Amino acid sequence: MTAEGKPVPVPTAETRHYWTACREGVLSYQHCLACSRPQFYPRTLCVGCGGARLEWRASRGLGTVHAVTVVYRPPTAAFRPEVPYAVALVDLDEGFRMMANVVGGAPETVAIGDRVRLVWEQRGDAVLPQFTRAEGGGR
Amino acid sequence: MTTRPLGQRARITGVGDTAFGELPGSSVLGLHAEAAAAALADAGITTREIDGIVCAYSLVEPHLMLSSVVAEYLGLRPAFSVALQLGGASGCAMIMQAALLAGTGRCRHVLVVAGDNRLSGMSRDGAVAALARVGHPQFEVPYGATIPAYYALVASRYLHEHGATMEQLASIAVTMRRHATLHAKAHMRQPITAADVMASRVIASPLRLLDCCLVSDGAVAAVVSAPDAAAGTRDGRVAVIGMGQGHTHEHISQAPSLTEFGCHDAARRALGEAGVRPADVHVAEIYDSFTITLLVELESMGFFERGGAGPAIVAGALGLDGTLPTNTHGGLLSFGHSGAAGGLTHVVEAVRQLRGEAERRQVRDAELAFVHGDGGILSAHCSLVLART
Ligand SMILES: [Zn+2]
Repeated sequence: MTAEGKPVPVPTAETRHYWTACREGVLSYQHCLACSRPQFYPRTLCVGCGGARLEWRASRGLGTVHAVTVVYRPPTAAFRPEVPYAVALVDLDEGFRMMANVVGGAPETVAIGDRVRLVWEQRGDAVLPQFTRAEGGGR
Repeated sequence: MTTRPLGQRARITGVGDTAFGELPGSSVLGLHAEAAAAALADAGITTREIDGIVCAYSLVEPHLMLSSVVAEYLGLRPAFSVALQLGGASGCAMIMQAALLAGTGRCRHVLVVAGDNRLSGMSRDGAVAALARVGHPQFEVPYGATIPAYYALVASRYLHEHGATMEQLASIAVTMRRHATLHAKAHMRQPITAADVMASRVIASPLRLLDCCLVSDGAVAAVVSAPDAAAGTRDGRVAVIGMGQGHTHEHISQAPSLTEFGCHDAARRALGEAGVRPADVHVAEIYDSFTITLLVELESMGFFERGGAGPAIVAGALGLDGTLPTNTHGGLLSFGHSGAAGGLTHVVEAVRQLRGEAERRQVRDAELAFVHGDGGILSAHCSLVLART
């Protein structure tokens, strides 16, 4: 985390492929070849069965808001210009959950059950997956 | 489940705490020493009799081996030493670790001590930033969430599924504050109303400032003794009769559910070991980092039906004369919260209640207490059942 900027993810061995794919515009997740469980975030083994045979798959980037909050008190000064902003847990249609911001439109109107679609944010060297309302966005 | 006779259970024989609130000029190790001295005096033993030490961690003065540092500072030469880190579950987990040592005769008197001075020892922004790093560094932290935001995600889902109201959450904060007004050491003793809570500024919707715990300076200690060693202390009546933990995740984006947590298993294990049911508990001291924390835990642990805690709390269930007097010291929301020591305040209050030493906060005939701590974002859980024997 830099003192003045927003935090930029630093890839590790098991996440390098994921962040490289993000830079190419692909939201990737792991699929267990033994038990067919989708997995996010990337690991070296399947948390369902312990299997090590995992393949990368590409998400279509469509999901549903499972939970959402609007942040007014930011963690660091770097986020102060953004408040208020929505932080959500999004359930992707492929069956995995991830955290992201829901951008575009008034943040307080983001609601549980809203359909969202993937958008990208360039941040430093990294490209971050974010979401926006798939329909009725920007109310 | 093996149930051991009460006489064979570890005892909490000493409790002690420092002032809570803003303590300018305090040091982390000095606070540890002050709380430890109070607990030893309460037990009526000296440092020479301590043969085990369990510590936690400090954000203000980070040490790689805090239990060694504290033992050295106090002049202890223990036969067992460990520091553990389970966030808000640390307090209960430290007592559990000590009770495992004392209950098996491995140690005679174990000192449990934690403290920090995040209020005077670091800036508010520094504390918020340090705590926000609890999130996953790659998959949560970049999105600008804070600890209140992680808990707010839980609140949003709970309100969505169970139709709880902000008035019900506010009622928790009001009850905790009412209890704190009866405790001379509490950080916040000015009474508040539900309207005050709902008019306080939004931190992370739906949670407002008065839905959030305090940041305080302070330290808390306890002495946990072997059953036979307890006889030589001032008051060895409080026994640890049930202990349990439950762990489901670390990061909230990985939680299997946003309304059911590891506290369910922790409480089931602890109550099962004690051979009691939730309805048998006379007084409860349960982690309340946010109003939603307490609401979700009370239901997940079986003290109320799903969706039932909110209306019951508004009707006074958690008050000193309610069906389940809870956080009689004022909890983290109003007594104070000082890192790992925050969860220990619940243990200390339970011991004082069981001894009949809770003064104006005393719950009549309290003989069975339930204590619970949670760390992370409802990630790590530890429950204790304490009884006056
Ligand atoms: Zn698998």
